[in-house]
Amino acid sequence: MSILHTVNKSPFEKSSMDSCLAYVKAGSAVLMYEDGIYGAIKGTAVAEKISASDGVKFYVLGPDLKARGVAEDKIVDGIEIVDYAKFVSLAAENDKVQAWV
Amino acid sequence: MSEQIKKFMYVNRRAPYGTIYAWESLEVVLIGAAFDQDVSLAFMDDGVYQLVKGQDTAEVEMKNFSPTYQALGDYDVTKLYVEKESLEERGLTLEDLMPLTYEDEDDDWAEKDSIKLVSRAELADIMDEQDVFFSF
Amino acid sequence: MAIEANGKTFETDEEGYLTNLAEWEPAVAEAMAAEDDLPLTDEHWEILNFLREYYEEYQIAPAVRVLTKAVGKKLGKDKGNSKYLYALFPYGPGKQACRFAGLPKPTGCI
Repeated sequence: MSILHTVNKSPFEKSSMDSCLAYVKAGSAVLMYEDGIYGAIKGTAVAEKISASDGVKFYVLGPDLKARGVAEDKIVDGIEIVDYAKFVSLAAENDKVQAWV
Repeated sequence: MSEQIKKFMYVNRRAPYGTIYAWESLEVVLIGAAFDQDVSLAFMDDGVYQLVKGQDTAEVEMKNFSPTYQALGDYDVTKLYVEKESLEERGLTLEDLMPLTYEDEDDDWAEKDSIKLVSRAELADIMDEQDVFFSF
Repeated sequence: MAIEANGKTFETDEEGYLTNLAEWEPAVAEAMAAEDDLPLTDEHWEILNFLREYYEEYQIAPAVRVLTKAVGKKLGKDKGNSKYLYALFPYGPGKQACRFAGLPKPTGCI
């Protein structure tokens, strides 16, 4: 059973991302949006944990990256940048959604 | 009211759009600038994200208030301390921030940088010198 | 509240500022000025246009002292002083001119 995990809080302010990464299993997906997108930037402790999560697909919401001035080349390799429509289809494709608010 | 000039520091620790703190702080700074105090702004923790350049909020349909930081110089707010460690922890450098300048009235209106990159220890010392904090 | 201009109705807040800043057109300024019995001259428009450019660039309506300084720098010392600006906008170059220009009330004006 695949789960889409969503994270919308900064990993440097709240433990939502850390908790998410501790619970996520191979075959599931993680989508970062709103302040959660700060977890997708290269060269941080969070980035290392993301890279170490085998079998998990990571996504980040493009409009929230743009709003915060985060260029695409700052994003950890392997994270897919998605739009709102893809957000919806990810929610539909997976069996359930867990929001780490 | 006392004639003595006090040192006011606005402490910014939140990212810009997920919560209203950053914009509220900026508005209070602009209002407070009318009172002729010795004002400085500190950006630490997620507050450093407020100054990241290239913000474009069109698709999230929110007000992009990052250009307003450019107006701070006009309001005689010229000391913006950015904490180095907070930038580094977030994979950012000074290059990722908007260049912010002011014209120095006492130096023939020379254009000078408002952003001052400081270490955590240096910022702690600067905080020690303040009279009042406004925390956001 | 609302104001009629150019055959259209524009919604305003309780102090007469446009609710939707994007709706502004020159006829709105003319209509607001007519309500204040203040015919708009080229000198008025110079300041209104300046305010709109300032807002476009910085996303805020400037405080009066900031406006004065900025006008002085852009349009010259003879215009960058409160005497000149208050003569044009008797209810205040901040409050009244910003309202005509379709800007929000200046930050810091009570």
